[in-house]
Amino acid sequence: MRSIHTDEIIKNIKEMCIEANYTLASDVEEKIRGAAQKEDSKIGKQILAQLSENLDIAKNDLIPICQDTGMAIIFIKLGQEIHIEGVNLEEAVNEGIRQGYEEGYLRKSVVSDPLIRNNTKDNTPGIIHYEIVPGSQMEITVAPKGFGSENMSRIYMLKPSDGEEGVKRAILETVRLAGPNACPPIVVGVGIGGSFEKCAVLAKKALTRDLDKRSELKHIQELEEVILKEINELGIGPGGLGGRTTALGVNIETYPTHIAGLPVAINICCHVNRHVKRVL
Amino acid sequence: MDRYINAPLKEEIVKELKAGDYVYITGVIYSARDAAHKRMYEALEQGKEIPFDINNNIIYYLGPTPEREGQVIGSAGPTTSSRMDKYTPSLLDLGLKGMIGKGKRSQDVINSVIKNKAVYFAAVGGAGALLSKKIKSSKVIAYDDLGTEAIRELYVEDFPVIVVIDSKGNNLYEIVMQSS
Repeated sequence: MRSIHTDEIIKNIKEMCIEANYTLASDVEEKIRGAAQKEDSKIGKQILAQLSENLDIAKNDLIPICQDTGMAIIFIKLGQEIHIEGVNLEEAVNEGIRQGYEEGYLRKSVVSDPLIRNNTKDNTPGIIHYEIVPGSQMEITVAPKGFGSENMSRIYMLKPSDGEEGVKRAILETVRLAGPNACPPIVVGVGIGGSFEKCAVLAKKALTRDLDKRSELKHIQELEEVILKEINELGIGPGGLGGRTTALGVNIETYPTHIAGLPVAINICCHVNRHVKRVL
Repeated sequence: MDRYINAPLKEEIVKELKAGDYVYITGVIYSARDAAHKRMYEALEQGKEIPFDINNNIIYYLGPTPEREGQVIGSAGPTTSSRMDKYTPSLLDLGLKGMIGKGKRSQDVINSVIKNKAVYFAAVGGAGALLSKKIKSSKVIAYDDLGTEAIRELYVEDFPVIVVIDSKGNNLYEIVMQSS
């Protein structure tokens, strides 16, 4: 049995919160820079150029890429052979977030109660998704999520007879309704199958997948490609001001579901699609 | 069309602005977002005053990140405007002349923009590092307890925005979707 001390977890989560907010993952950065070359709309081209410049300024002048430095979403794949020493794991994760948001000059955007709405002033708690897996490693993904785009996300409980066409319609409708609000160009994370809550978590997880990596399922891979093309024909464009670059990528994750159901969750993320992964 | 204008706004200038114009703003503007709007709205409902003279001024829907030593302000891009829709017509009636944010507005807000000859600008969402460079001074003037959501007086120079809804009610987001 391998031991990991929570001090190590705290330190890593702190660093990952900071890294995610100052430097975009290379796959997302390349897509933004590449889109600027391909965009025909004048205003769209100009906005994409500003987004590229924004990434340079963030890195060089140590200013977060976006002022909404997000609520910290943490995925933990915990090898079942690991023993955790120190404080309890949830406290450790939140301590990492606390230190990261303080030392990284990141915005504290969390309120303790959704109706009373007092700011917790340290950006905790985060939202933690655990998965127990075989082995003796711990994989941590930190994905700070902004809410301009989160607010434009949707869940559909479709009928099996709606099929692939229904899924496509749901995704396109969500993107159309999001329009300029979600800060396009967006990244679209989709979860299909499972149950009401499972498809939502899958959609969030889909956002953490590398944009150059397609689904391993052939029919889903084709769906990802077709939907991306159709989204980019909507004409929403960068900033919602017209153009062909409405989405940088569509990632779909699936799970078995019930004979009576076809749940679909669409989690929209802006172009600041932050995700940092480390294996301890 | 590129326009260089000053803040606070003048009605004759606002009336010349057209949906789709690129505008560079220089002067004093005020930041306020969800919590500050709620508080101002409640103050007005109780017959109290809001903490700054809103007449002819611009509100920027912003909650910045904390600044490092030597920086004027942290990352400072726009937040989604529609969350302020409920509170906006009252502020426009009070003399608010311009708003900077991102995303769609309600029909009530659009009607109020027309009625009050105001203007709604969008700044580029997710370009907070770049936009922070256009802010030359920043000072919290009210609701300090709200942290990032406090009201700030900002001095901006050539702050880049695009006219989305002009004083006649033309809406760039609609125009763009109709032409695609």
